[in-house]
Amino acid sequence: MAVAFAFNFARGIAQPHPPWYHGRVRLPLALAQMSTLLGNVAGNLEKHIQLAREARRQGAELILFPELSLTGYVLQDLASTVACRPVEDDPVFSVLLRESMSIDLVVGFVEEDRRNRFFIAGAYLSRGQVVHVHRKVYLPTYGLFDEGRFFASGDQVRAFDTRWGRMGLLICEDFWHASPPYLLWLDGADILLFMSSSPGRGLYQEGVLESAWWVEQVNQSYASLFTSFVAHTNKVGFEDGLNFWGGSTVFDPNGRRVARAPFHEESLTRVDLDLNQLHRTRARLPLLRDERTELVLRELQRVRAQGGPPNNFG
Amino acid sequence: MHDFLSSLQIDTGLVRKILVSFLCQEIERTGLDGAVVGVSGGVDSSLSCFLCAQALGPQKVLAVLMPYRTSSPDSLRDAEEIVRLSGVRGLTVEITPMVEALLAKFPEADQRRRGNIMARARMIVLYDQSAAQGKIVVGTGNKTEILLGYTTLYGDSACGLNPIGDLYKNQVRQLARAVGVPDHIVAKAPTADLWQGQTDEGELGFTYDQVDQLLYLLVDERYSPAECVEAGFDRAFVGKVVERVRQSQFKRVPAPIAKLSNRTIGYDFLYLRDWGT
Repeated sequence: MAVAFAFNFARGIAQPHPPWYHGRVRLPLALAQMSTLLGNVAGNLEKHIQLAREARRQGAELILFPELSLTGYVLQDLASTVACRPVEDDPVFSVLLRESMSIDLVVGFVEEDRRNRFFIAGAYLSRGQVVHVHRKVYLPTYGLFDEGRFFASGDQVRAFDTRWGRMGLLICEDFWHASPPYLLWLDGADILLFMSSSPGRGLYQEGVLESAWWVEQVNQSYASLFTSFVAHTNKVGFEDGLNFWGGSTVFDPNGRRVARAPFHEESLTRVDLDLNQLHRTRARLPLLRDERTELVLRELQRVRAQGGPPNNFG
Repeated sequence: MHDFLSSLQIDTGLVRKILVSFLCQEIERTGLDGAVVGVSGGVDSSLSCFLCAQALGPQKVLAVLMPYRTSSPDSLRDAEEIVRLSGVRGLTVEITPMVEALLAKFPEADQRRRGNIMARARMIVLYDQSAAQGKIVVGTGNKTEILLGYTTLYGDSACGLNPIGDLYKNQVRQLARAVGVPDHIVAKAPTADLWQGQTDEGELGFTYDQVDQLLYLLVDERYSPAECVEAGFDRAFVGKVVERVRQSQFKRVPAPIAKLSNRTIGYDFLYLRDWGT
């Protein structure tokens, strides 16, 4: 008993562990809740560098920017004029990669691919490398949104490895669908990074805009259901009459909110993620252990084979 | 009938914060140095004036009072009170000579033409002051009147920025009270004051509270007209309002340009006004 007790406290010292266990246990994160210049990449890039350096000064080792942080959001015909490529010899990314020697960055940009398709994308940069690029899969094209008119849809949802463990990156509408976060969770992500440029709307909740209330609920649900960390940076400022509500948050694997940035104001929010929480929460609540992925696959294949309405397969 | 007035309740603190930021940030990026606003003594322009003063500081706001010879003296008195309370700069420009000069040529002009001439004369004064002062014209139209087309195209609807165009009349009143517009101005019968005895509700044939609830269902909640009738609204009233909204769409969109080329303004030449800023 005493040995087991000592084991629990002294784990990592007294006993051998799988290699992944010796990853970092504290993730010093900064949420860069910023406004942007619409279509002015050089101006926005300068702001990224300033914020990255300030975050570093405050002890952050990872800084998360909003969706399309390098370009602004309602681009319309500007989309094809502000694109870059997440490679070393791109003029914008060469600057960011240099900065990534001091701090990991997750930046939002318009990516132009080899066949001249334009994507809303996010890139994770670390130690001079482009570790991962996510191309936004779900492009809202309804109501005030018109992304599908100007952008191609991404076709991958993949987790990736960092020195703090396995992470997933999603952009705005991607996490308005349960499927991408669910896929990332199954692909091993324990930390979900969300970036958005969410316009504020809906006056019928008290104290907050409806859009803010909705997104926060959804983020909390993912953190709770997947017993994972969810970190979300949303944009602030205005583009014509659209306001962007900020309110960036971090939720822990218990579904508790550990940080929230102010609404409608620029801010740099520092929060340390205690990665040991994953162990404590999942020991109490093994939802991940009990998830039956084969069943899901089997049932999805059945639904698909049956085809036609009312299910969602063509 | 179901009561949907409670659905129109807004968090005035939150709305005020957003609108003040909107005015401040959007005006800054135009490079202009403040706001010009036509203040009539009614609740809408009073609210716009107060919001501008809070956003920019009163010294950067010019309230322009533009009475016509038949305007109610009470309106002018209320407008002057708003200028005093908000601390903004005030300028009174009587539009009578401008209007009379044109009407002398067309004495047969009916009430509607006269009213529109007055509204457009005011627009001229405001835009000229905008150029003279280097300030943007801030609008005062609310969501109800814009949806119903109860505006003069290029008249009172002309502006550079509109902070209250997404608030129904009922919500304008809530916000006006919250920012300090005196109650007697908030509560009085709305009027365009284009002829004696004119009131909005007299002209429209229904009250703002009634039509705000209906528009909220039709527009915000996407109810069909039939669903509105089921909710308790009078069928004829619903029909009248739906038609009015449809028929006034021309006042809410730019005039169509005939498409000939591969890239046409209004169709596929798409940039926000904030382009580059």
